[in-house]
Amino acid sequence: MPINYKITHNTQYSYNSLVNLCHNEARLTPRSSAQQVCTQSEFIVEPEPTSYRERKDFFGNTVYYFSIQRPHQDLSVTVTSHVEMKESRIQTDAVKDIVWETVQEQLKIDQDAEILEVRQYMLDSPMIQEMPELRTYADSSFTKRRSLLEAVEDLIKRFYEDFTYDPGFTTVATPLAEVIEHRRGVCQDFAHLGIGCLRAMGLAARYVSGYIETVAQPDQEQLVGTSASHAWFSVYLPDIGWIDFDPTNNQIPTNRHITVAWGRDYSDVTPLKGVVFGSGTHELSVSVDCRVV
Amino acid sequence: MQRTDKTNRDIVDDSFAEAYFFDTEQTDEMLSRSGEIASHWQPFIQALNTLGLEEMVARHKDAVRLLRENGVTYVVHGEKHGHRLWELDPIPLIISNSDWESISTGLIQRAELLNLILKDLYGEKRLIKEGLIPPEVVYAHAGFLRPCNELLSANTNLLLTYAADLAKDSSGNIWVLSDRTQTPSGAGYALENRTVLARTLPHLFGEAGVHRLSFFFRAMQNSIAELAPHQKDNPNVVVLTPGPYNETYFEHAYLASYLGYTLAQGDDLTVLDGHVWLKSLDGLQPVDIILRRVDDIFCDPLELRQDSRLGVAGLLEAIRQGNVVVINPPGSSVLENPALIPFLPDIAKQLIGEDLCLPSVTTWWCGQPKHQDYVLTNLKELVIKPIYRQPNTRPLFGTELSSTEVDTLRAQINAQPHLYVGQEYISFSTTPSLIEGKLEPRRAILRSFLFAEKGGYAVMPGGLTRCEGEAGELTVTIQGGGISKDTWILAPEPEPHISLWQHSKSGPIISEDSQGLSSRSAENLYWVGRYAERAEGHARLLRITLDKIKMGLEVLPLGQPLPSAVFTETHGEDSRDVSELAYLRSMLRSLTGLTSSHPGFVSKDGQGLENELLSIMLDTANSGSLVSTLQSLVSAAYAVRDRWSTDTWRVMNSIENLCSTLEKYSTNDKNLQIQSSSSESDKRTLQHIQTELDQLMIFLAALSGLNAESMTQTIGWVSLDMGRRVERALLLIVLCRSSLVAVQEEWIEHLLLESILAAAESLITYRSRYRSALHLPTALEMLLLDETNPRSLVYQLKRLQEQIRDLPREKSGYRLSEEEQLILEGLTQLQLSNTFQLAQRSEQSTQRQGLEKLLVRLAQILIELSDVLTQTYFSHVQGPQQLVTTDPS
Repeated sequence: MPINYKITHNTQYSYNSLVNLCHNEARLTPRSSAQQVCTQSEFIVEPEPTSYRERKDFFGNTVYYFSIQRPHQDLSVTVTSHVEMKESRIQTDAVKDIVWETVQEQLKIDQDAEILEVRQYMLDSPMIQEMPELRTYADSSFTKRRSLLEAVEDLIKRFYEDFTYDPGFTTVATPLAEVIEHRRGVCQDFAHLGIGCLRAMGLAARYVSGYIETVAQPDQEQLVGTSASHAWFSVYLPDIGWIDFDPTNNQIPTNRHITVAWGRDYSDVTPLKGVVFGSGTHELSVSVDCRVV
Repeated sequence: MQRTDKTNRDIVDDSFAEAYFFDTEQTDEMLSRSGEIASHWQPFIQALNTLGLEEMVARHKDAVRLLRENGVTYVVHGEKHGHRLWELDPIPLIISNSDWESISTGLIQRAELLNLILKDLYGEKRLIKEGLIPPEVVYAHAGFLRPCNELLSANTNLLLTYAADLAKDSSGNIWVLSDRTQTPSGAGYALENRTVLARTLPHLFGEAGVHRLSFFFRAMQNSIAELAPHQKDNPNVVVLTPGPYNETYFEHAYLASYLGYTLAQGDDLTVLDGHVWLKSLDGLQPVDIILRRVDDIFCDPLELRQDSRLGVAGLLEAIRQGNVVVINPPGSSVLENPALIPFLPDIAKQLIGEDLCLPSVTTWWCGQPKHQDYVLTNLKELVIKPIYRQPNTRPLFGTELSSTEVDTLRAQINAQPHLYVGQEYISFSTTPSLIEGKLEPRRAILRSFLFAEKGGYAVMPGGLTRCEGEAGELTVTIQGGGISKDTWILAPEPEPHISLWQHSKSGPIISEDSQGLSSRSAENLYWVGRYAERAEGHARLLRITLDKIKMGLEVLPLGQPLPSAVFTETHGEDSRDVSELAYLRSMLRSLTGLTSSHPGFVSKDGQGLENELLSIMLDTANSGSLVSTLQSLVSAAYAVRDRWSTDTWRVMNSIENLCSTLEKYSTNDKNLQIQSSSSESDKRTLQHIQTELDQLMIFLAALSGLNAESMTQTIGWVSLDMGRRVERALLLIVLCRSSLVAVQEEWIEHLLLESILAAAESLITYRSRYRSALHLPTALEMLLLDETNPRSLVYQLKRLQEQIRDLPREKSGYRLSEEEQLILEGLTQLQLSNTFQLAQRSEQSTQRQGLEKLLVRLAQILIELSDVLTQTYFSHVQGPQQLVTTDPS
C-alpha cells in the first residue's frame, strides 16, 4: 500500500531595511525515483517574483530560480508538495552478503560507465575534505571481509552512541573537524561525517536532503529532525545502486524519509540560498510540516 | 660599437655577435650550432649592425620612457607599492613565416580539440563514460564547475578565446607548455609592446616586413560583434575587470579602450529579468557581451563562490537564458588542467581523427599508479604541479628542492595522488636579448593568442614573448621578474597598415561615451576633478606661503616651536615683526584650514614651523596633505584608466612620479627633525620641495587644460568638471574664511588680500581692472560675485547650476530635484549679498560676521550638494549579501 505525504515547507526572512533586489535558488522540490513519486509541488513566493525558472541541476535535482526586483522587507517561500511513497526502499537481504572490500575493488577497477560516474562521490568535496581522523574512526567498523551493510550499520550505531545531537552547537558552516573534536552536531554534520568515513575507506557516498514525517503514527517511534529539512547519506553498491542510511536516527530509512535532492555534500543541495542587495541584517524562521494524507 | 659595412657572413666575427656565440650552449633562435645566423634573422642583425649597439641601448631607453609615459604596468602580488613598470627588451623574437604556419596550424587544431572537450565535459561526458578521461581528472579538478553543466546548448562554441605557452626544445621541436582557457592575459601587453617597439625602431620594423597585429584585433572585434544574442546589431560589450588591484588591470583598461568597449567591475553590472545591465549615469544600459577578466569561480556569487565581490549575481542564469554571451563562458578553466595532457593524443584521435600537430610537454598524472611511481622515483628531475592552478601556487622544480621539501611533496602526492602531475623539464631555446648593453642568449617562451571566428580560429600573428631576467632561471614569468619581448612573424609580403576603426563590418562603432558611463566611473571622474583642483589649490597656497617665509620673514626661527605671537592676537604693538607674524599667522592658518590638518597652525601646541609645513606637504598619514591628495588623485584616475587619452595619461604619470619623489622626502622626515637645529638643511629641503611644487603646478595646469580641451563634453566630462567646480568653490570659501573674516590691521589685511587674490589666480586681473590699492569690498566683489572671473565663487555655482540642470533625471512635475534646490539656494544667497556690507564689521566684534555667515552657509550647501550627487548618481552600487541559509535538523 503506497503512503501519500503532504509536505509544507515555509521559510521567512525579515530584513531590517529594504531590499531592492534578490536572486535566489531553491532546491525544495522532491525528486521522483523508484521509491517515490512527486505528484505535485507548488511554490508560493511573496512578494511575487519578477522572474522565475525551473531547471534540473548537475545531479538531476529540481532547482527553482527566482528574483524579486522591487523593494521588499519580507520574503516568504512556501512549497507544498505531494509525494507518493512506495512500500519499502530496498531489499537489504539481497545485499547483506556483499563484502566491503569487494565494493572498494570494483569501484577502483570497473570501467562501467555508471561506476565511472559514481567515482566522483569518492573524492573530496567542498565541505568534506580528507583527514586522518575519518579513517581512524571508520576503521573499527570496517573489519576484514565484513559485509558492507553491516559495517555501515555499525558505523552509524557508533555515531549514535558517541555523538550528541545538539542543534545549538553547529551551523551550516561548522567544519567537520570541529564536529569530530566536540562530538556534537545535527543531521547535516552526521551525514557529512558518514560520507567522510566512507570515502576514507575508498567507498562512494553522497549527501541526501529531504524530510521525515513530523508526527509519528501512533504505532511508530518519533524521529529526530522534523523541524526543518532533514539530511542523511547514501552508499553506492555496484549492480544494486544507492542505499540510504540515517545516522541521526540510527536506521536505514524505509518509507518515512522523503528525498528532495542529493549531491556530494550540503553545498550542492542547499535548500534555499540567495544574494540580496540591501543593507542590514535579517531574521529567518523555518517551519516544515510533513504528514500522511 | 663602430659602424661596419661587413657582409652577412662576417657578422659573426663582430664583437657582440661573437661574444653572443660563445655564450651559447643550447639551441638558439638566431644562431645555429655552427654559428650561422638563421636567414630570417639576417636582415635584423644587419640593420642592428648599422645602428650599433650603443644606439640600440639609447633606443631601449626611449622604449622605457614610452612605457612609463603610457603607464604600462602590472601589479605584483605582495608588493606594497602596487604596480610595477612593464619591462620590454628591444630585441624581438623573430619567427619565419614558414615556421609560423606550422605553429598556427597546430594551435588551431589544439583550440578546436579543446573546444570539443569542453563541450563534452559540460554536456554528454562521453569522454568520461568511454574511459578516455579518468573521472578524477575532471571531477577532482576545482575548475570543473557543476553549476555550469549544460549552461549552453550543445551546438554553441564554448572556447572563444584561447592562449598557449610555447617553447622550443634542444632539437628544435615546439612544445605546448600550458593552456590558458578562462581569461588569458597578455594580448594587450603584446599589442603595447608592438606599438612601443614600432615607434622606437621604426626603420628596423618597417623594413623587416612584420605581420601586423591589428588584423587580428579587427577580426576579433568582428567575431565578438557576431556573438551578440538575438542577432542584435551594435551589441554593447563590456570588459569585466576585477579592478585596479588586479595584476593585469592595465591590460583590461587598455584593451577596453582599444577595442571601444566599456570597462566595468562586477558591482557596475546587475541582472534583471534575466538580462545583464550596466548601471550608468543615464540609468540601466543593456549588456550583450561580456569579455571577462574575472576568474571562473568568481563570476556569480549566487551559483559559484558565494563570497565573491567580483562577479554578478544571476549571471549564470542570464547566460542560460541566452541573453548574454560571456567570453569564455564560466567553467572553462577545467581545460587548464595539466592532468588532461597525457590523454590528449587519444582524445584527438577519437574526436577529430587526427594526431596532435603540436605535442604537449610530457606529463605524468599521478592518479595512475604506474605514473605515480614514475613521478615519485624521478621527483628530482621533474617539474611538479598541482592539477588546479591557484593564484599563489607555483610549479615545483625537483632539482631545487631540499630533501625535507622532497619528503613533504612525496607525502602530499601519496595522500592525494590524483591532484598532482609531474612534467618533463624542458631546457628550451635561447634568443638574443639586450642585457646591460650586450646581446646575451636568454631562454624564452611565447604566449600565442587565438580567437574563435566563423569556421575556426584566428591566430594572432605574434604574441607575448617572455624571457628569463637572469640566465639560468627555471621559470619564465613576468611575476617572477621576466622581461617581455615583441614577437615578429615575418610576412611573405608587406601588409598595409590598418586602423581598427576603418572597415568595421558592423558599421560605425558607437563611441563609448554614448554607451553610457558606469556610475562607478562617473564617481571616479568626479573625484579626479575634486582632487586635481584640491592639489592645485594646496600647491598654489603652499608656494605663496613658502615664498613669504623665504622673503624676509627672518623673524621666524626655523626648528623652534612657533613664537606665541603667531598664535595669539597682539594689539597696540606696531612692531613690524609682530605685524608680519600676524600676517603669517593668517596664512598658515589658511593652510591648516585648506588641508584640514587641524590642529596644525591653529593651536599653540603645534610642532615646529618647518615640521608642520613638511607634514602638510609630505605626510602620507595626514589625509589632507598634498602627497595624500596626489595619491588619491592618481588612484581615482587609475580606476578610470580607460577614459584618458595617451597625453592625459602621460601627465598623470608625471604627477605620479612627482608624488613618489615627494614621498621620498617624507621618508627622510625623521632626519629632518633630528637635524632641525641646523636649519640650513631644512631650507635646502624646502627649496627642493619648492622646485617640485613649481613643476607640479605645470603638470596640474596641463591636466586641467587637457581635461577642458581634449575630452568630449559628455556626461563623463560633466562629472569631472562638477568635481572641479565643487572643490574650487570650497577652497575659495576656506581661504576667505580663514583670512578675511577676522578684522586685522589694514596693513596686514592688504598683505593677506594680495596673497588670497594670488592664491585664487585673480591678482593680475584685479590689478589691471582696478589699478588701485587693494580694497576689501572690491576684492570680495572679484572673488565672490564677479561672473566674468572664472575663479570667482559665483562662477563656480553658475557652472554647477547648468551642469546639474543637464543631468539625466526622471521628471517629477514642476518640483525641483534636491540638487537643483540646493544650488538655487546657494546662488541666490550669494547674489543677494552686498560686498560693502560683507566687508563691514559690527561694533563690538573683531569679526566680519555677515561674511562668515554667508560663507558657512555656502560651504554647507556645497557639501550637501556633493552628498546628494553621490547618492543620486554614483550610488547605484549596493553590495551583495548572502542570504543566511537554514540548518537542516
